[in-house]
Amino acid sequence: MKITEKDVAYVAGLARLALSPDELTDLTGKMDAMLGYVDKLNQLNTDGIVPTAHAVPMANAFRDDQVVASIGAAAALANAPLGVEDYFQVPRVIE
Amino acid sequence: MSVPQLTISDLAKQLQEQKTTAMAVTRQSIERINSTDGQLNAFVTRCDDAAFKEAAAADVQLRAGSAGPLTGIPLGLKDIFSTKGVRTTCGSKILDNYVPVYDATVVERLRKQGAVIIGKLNMDEFAMGSSNETSSAGVCRNPWDRNHVPGGSSGGSAVAVAAGQVAAALGTDTGGSIRQPAAHCGVVGLKPTYGRVSRYGVIAYASSLDQVGPITRNVEDCALLLAAIAGYDPRDSTSVDRPVPDYQASLNEGVAGKKIGLPREYFIDGLDPEVKRAVDAAMEVYRGLGAELVPVSLPHTDYSVACYYLIATAEASSNLARYDGVRFGVRHAGAGGLIDMYQQTRSAGFGDEVKRRIMLGTYALSSGYYDAYYLKAQKVRTLIRQDFTRVFAQVDLLLTPVAPTAAFKIGEKTDDPLQMYLSDIFTIPANLAGTCAMSIPCGFDAAGLPIGLQLIGKPFGEGEMLQAARAFEQATDWHTRQPSL
Repeated sequence: MKITEKDVAYVAGLARLALSPDELTDLTGKMDAMLGYVDKLNQLNTDGIVPTAHAVPMANAFRDDQVVASIGAAAALANAPLGVEDYFQVPRVIE
Repeated sequence: MSVPQLTISDLAKQLQEQKTTAMAVTRQSIERINSTDGQLNAFVTRCDDAAFKEAAAADVQLRAGSAGPLTGIPLGLKDIFSTKGVRTTCGSKILDNYVPVYDATVVERLRKQGAVIIGKLNMDEFAMGSSNETSSAGVCRNPWDRNHVPGGSSGGSAVAVAAGQVAAALGTDTGGSIRQPAAHCGVVGLKPTYGRVSRYGVIAYASSLDQVGPITRNVEDCALLLAAIAGYDPRDSTSVDRPVPDYQASLNEGVAGKKIGLPREYFIDGLDPEVKRAVDAAMEVYRGLGAELVPVSLPHTDYSVACYYLIATAEASSNLARYDGVRFGVRHAGAGGLIDMYQQTRSAGFGDEVKRRIMLGTYALSSGYYDAYYLKAQKVRTLIRQDFTRVFAQVDLLLTPVAPTAAFKIGEKTDDPLQMYLSDIFTIPANLAGTCAMSIPCGFDAAGLPIGLQLIGKPFGEGEMLQAARAFEQATDWHTRQPSL
């Protein structure tokens, strides 16, 4: 096994996903199969190879620092599940 | 006259000669959707009322003689493009109620050119899938055989074009999501070079791979629609500031004297014999047109799927962190505090395939595994890119199958994600290399399902690739076949 249910439960916490026991078992099997498959990359010697983060050569993209109109608070909040005045509302963070 | 027979160029001609009106064309498109979409499920959201308003505005332009080639043309959009005031779900329950407050740049461009937006098209959830089976709007069916998948993730876009519901559509392609459904539905689909088309307002899956492109009935329309959306956009820092060539002007220059490479790694044992026969026949067509076919090698092809599923899932795990029930989308509040709300929202809102990819990507990026998985995959990506650079020093284009088989049956691969992933083996490398590639119809299997031919061009070589596609299309009639609905 490349990965255990304990590992999967830990990663689920990082990804902010709550998994049912059935989901945990199913996902462990499927992730294990996938990790077994991607192991084939280790057949390749990549010492000294520069990693590709971006396929097209590109330098930093700069633009003039000009003030333009923004969408405004009402539009920004239009899709919020909960809002109050000009704010997004979330469950209490600090008790 | 009916929409199914008509391409963008035919329609534009009829509209400009005032033989029909944008209102009439829009009505036909909507009637066609009414009569066929119950069987196909290509549309997630319809925009009938807005479409008629846009058509009326287009008719004013047409009467004034100020119309362009897209004025009054009915188009569909994959439900991944932000559309101001029109629900945009990305095929996910988590965005079930999401109504963007702005248009994506490509949508803005189409609107400015007078196109009529008919509606939003079905897709795999967050563009993660090769069969359109992971959509929250339900499966979408292949018009050639409704027991088969249309391909994915831009399944609805390919179906709507193949079924004559719209004249053309836009899709997105991260690992083949335009080309594979285009092949499975018998239409033309093009993934531009990374950076050629703005992604501003396009819901992100894997940002170093995603690209927007057209799905059309023929190559001429493909050139036209690509020209309409291509070009630099200061709002997308990955878009490339480079002039857009006149694709249509050079379209009929033919392939005589061109060198077309046949990468041996794409003609493997798993290739369906009927697909192989159709692609072999296409090679003969190109020989007959004066192209020189050259055997070449892309030695790292076999590592593409593994490389892709680490890079794409890693990027997805980061991109999809934004769906947290705070700023948009559906919230599921738990009994606990903020973290519980995040977990309940994401667990209820994402489907199984999206969860699998977020999990694999989070794992590949997590402390202790980053070097072994993500960094390793990025290094292998360099080797795959170098394969293409080397081969494009020898040849002008590459010719390959789009997929190892024609469209598979609905449900056939849903329990085995790895088998599903492997069906993308021939389309993924172009995304990893960042270059352009397209699918054109090149035949049918014995069951009557379409087969697609892939052309892969040099980076920013869309013009040359379209010429070769056009030459093939003029020598064959596969693109004129239509499913009976």
